[in-house]
Amino acid sequence: MWKTLRQIQRAGIPTEPAPSVDETLRVAEALQARIAEVLGRALCIRAIDAGSCNGCELEIQALGNPLYNIEALGIRFVASPRHADLLMVTGPVSRNMEVALRRTYEATPDPKLVVAIGDCGCSGGIFGEGYATRGRVSNVIPVDVAVPGCPPSPRQILAGILTAISGAAPAASTSRNAP
Amino acid sequence: MVLQWWFDQAARRAGTSGAAAIAGIANAWELAVTREEWRQATENMASGGGRLIALWASNGESGESTVRAAFLADTGLLVLRLPLDRSDPCYPGIEHAFPAAMRMQRAIADLCGLRSTGVDPRPWLRHVAWPASFQPLRDAVVPVLASPPAIDDYAFVPVEGEGVHEIAVGPVHAGIIEPGHFRFSIVGEKVLRLEQRLGYTHKGIERRFSELPLLEGHRLAARVCGDSTVAFSWAYCQALEGMSAARVPPRALWLRALALELERLANHLGDLGALGNDAGFAVGLAQFSRLKEQLLRATEQAFGQRYLFDLVVPGGTRVDLSISGATGIVDCIHSIAAEVATLRTIYDEHAGVRDRFVGAGIVTPTLAAKLGVMGLAGRASGQGFDLRCDLPWAPYTDLAPKKFVRTEGDVAARVAVRFDEVTESIRLITHVVQQLPDGGHHWPVAAPQSGDWGLGLIEGWRGPVLLALEAGDAGSIRRCHPHDPSWQNWPVLEHAIIDNIVPDFPLINKSFNLSYSGHDL
Repeated sequence: MWKTLRQIQRAGIPTEPAPSVDETLRVAEALQARIAEVLGRALCIRAIDAGSCNGCELEIQALGNPLYNIEALGIRFVASPRHADLLMVTGPVSRNMEVALRRTYEATPDPKLVVAIGDCGCSGGIFGEGYATRGRVSNVIPVDVAVPGCPPSPRQILAGILTAISGAAPAASTSRNAP
Repeated sequence: MVLQWWFDQAARRAGTSGAAAIAGIANAWELAVTREEWRQATENMASGGGRLIALWASNGESGESTVRAAFLADTGLLVLRLPLDRSDPCYPGIEHAFPAAMRMQRAIADLCGLRSTGVDPRPWLRHVAWPASFQPLRDAVVPVLASPPAIDDYAFVPVEGEGVHEIAVGPVHAGIIEPGHFRFSIVGEKVLRLEQRLGYTHKGIERRFSELPLLEGHRLAARVCGDSTVAFSWAYCQALEGMSAARVPPRALWLRALALELERLANHLGDLGALGNDAGFAVGLAQFSRLKEQLLRATEQAFGQRYLFDLVVPGGTRVDLSISGATGIVDCIHSIAAEVATLRTIYDEHAGVRDRFVGAGIVTPTLAAKLGVMGLAGRASGQGFDLRCDLPWAPYTDLAPKKFVRTEGDVAARVAVRFDEVTESIRLITHVVQQLPDGGHHWPVAAPQSGDWGLGLIEGWRGPVLLALEAGDAGSIRRCHPHDPSWQNWPVLEHAIIDNIVPDFPLINKSFNLSYSGHDL
């Protein structure tokens, strides 16, 4: 116990400091205010891997580490779509996941947001569309914001979340396409 | 006949149409066999302690087909090639000798339309999204497919008896992880049987390869399994460079080894944190995920990427390592080394953590040998094999990496092997950075001739990654088969969970941390 406490003390709180000098944190601060305004106290996210290579998952997981400390911003990853405000979907959407993705979307209560993560989620990426894939996430469910990158960094993913809840006019590549 | 006899046969027949040395890999042979020899050789491989690395098939343009099985012995690699004629495309299954072959045979039936004599007729990678009549690796034209596909009704094996019930989990999982389905048959809290169903992330990777030029295929290989991107892209480049007899600058080989060890280190740090968390010790996750983030940032400083997608390219590496990048990595891993030593003591002395780790999800060495467990999980169950030590390729021939083997086969053993390998990777990284040869990091590579065939074999952080590559006309890819060791290890998890309680499943599962995408292809 003593060793554990000493390790915690020695590691300190590495969460990135100083909003005035750190662009990410300035964004995060705005994010927290916006979450409070739109959704009350917290934003609940359900992550769905609809066919990814696992690269995007690693960077989404990293949001939980002490440096990004996403939970301190009032954002939580939840275990059921029924608890979620926002679906974070990685792709390309495999045909074998298409039904599961649609059902997850339907199980999420309105109003809901969808953020597609990664080049594959945005465009189908290197896998494209074929006998096994439907390509971009918006080919299957409506998407509010798409964050490109292979994989996108945790900061870019965080910025995607902010864009989604700020309700800004979506760019051409992130337009809300009906399936 | 014994295992070594087949290696001798291959060496003796090398240079004829029946056998050839595989370029770029030491003591690796391909041997053409008849059906009878195929049966005999696989039995000899099993009885002689050989390991099945991969089983795959190719459909030729004129209707002829080939099935290949790659085996690792202590002395080298042997690939058996069984040509099949159109009139009798059914080949002898080898699942009685190598149980892990069953799913590979089912996948071959799904993708190439070649049936084995294996006992399980169910599809594996094909769910219901495309019809059985369409063979993605045989048929050029894709039929019109319904969207969304029909509801799937897979025939899970039922378990009956008083008080037995089922828990169905997935494909969408509760964490930020890949999709798959687990069907538990349980009594009370105790698991009687687990049946997995995978294939949800099947993206048609093998067909997609044949649409890419040979000199660009490494980009797709890098995305077969994102957590093993260096291992797969290196395996691809090794296969390609072997075929075209390309020379790779020594500096590039050392940079690739640096990248592979950084990948191993990042994954092990992530897993050690997640394992602490799954044992109810959240401090472990906070500490290890912090260390992993530091490593990823140092990696980004050095190579411009947190995960090294596309660093390994045919003929070398995409970028070189600067002095400041190298210094950043060495400084980072030295601080990580000190903290990992402290955290190991904390894990080892924490009663609650030990209680969850020790005795959970045991795979005995006997079972591990029978099932052919690969890589890290194998080394935790007495299967002392590591390509870096036993069949080293450049530059591991100069690095003398240490191998860590335990025999307990439980979660604690898989944790301990990770801790040991973290320390060893840190030593290797330091050594590689300090001894990095001078010179260029990339030399041009010519596309191989049509019909050439090559193999890549790399010890990734999970275990041996194999990639078989066949050149087509005008610099195209005729066939590429990437193989992740998760194929062998997923069925082992079904055994490891038996008689454990359901709440220990996430912990046991994480202690293997197998790939879905690398398996589903």
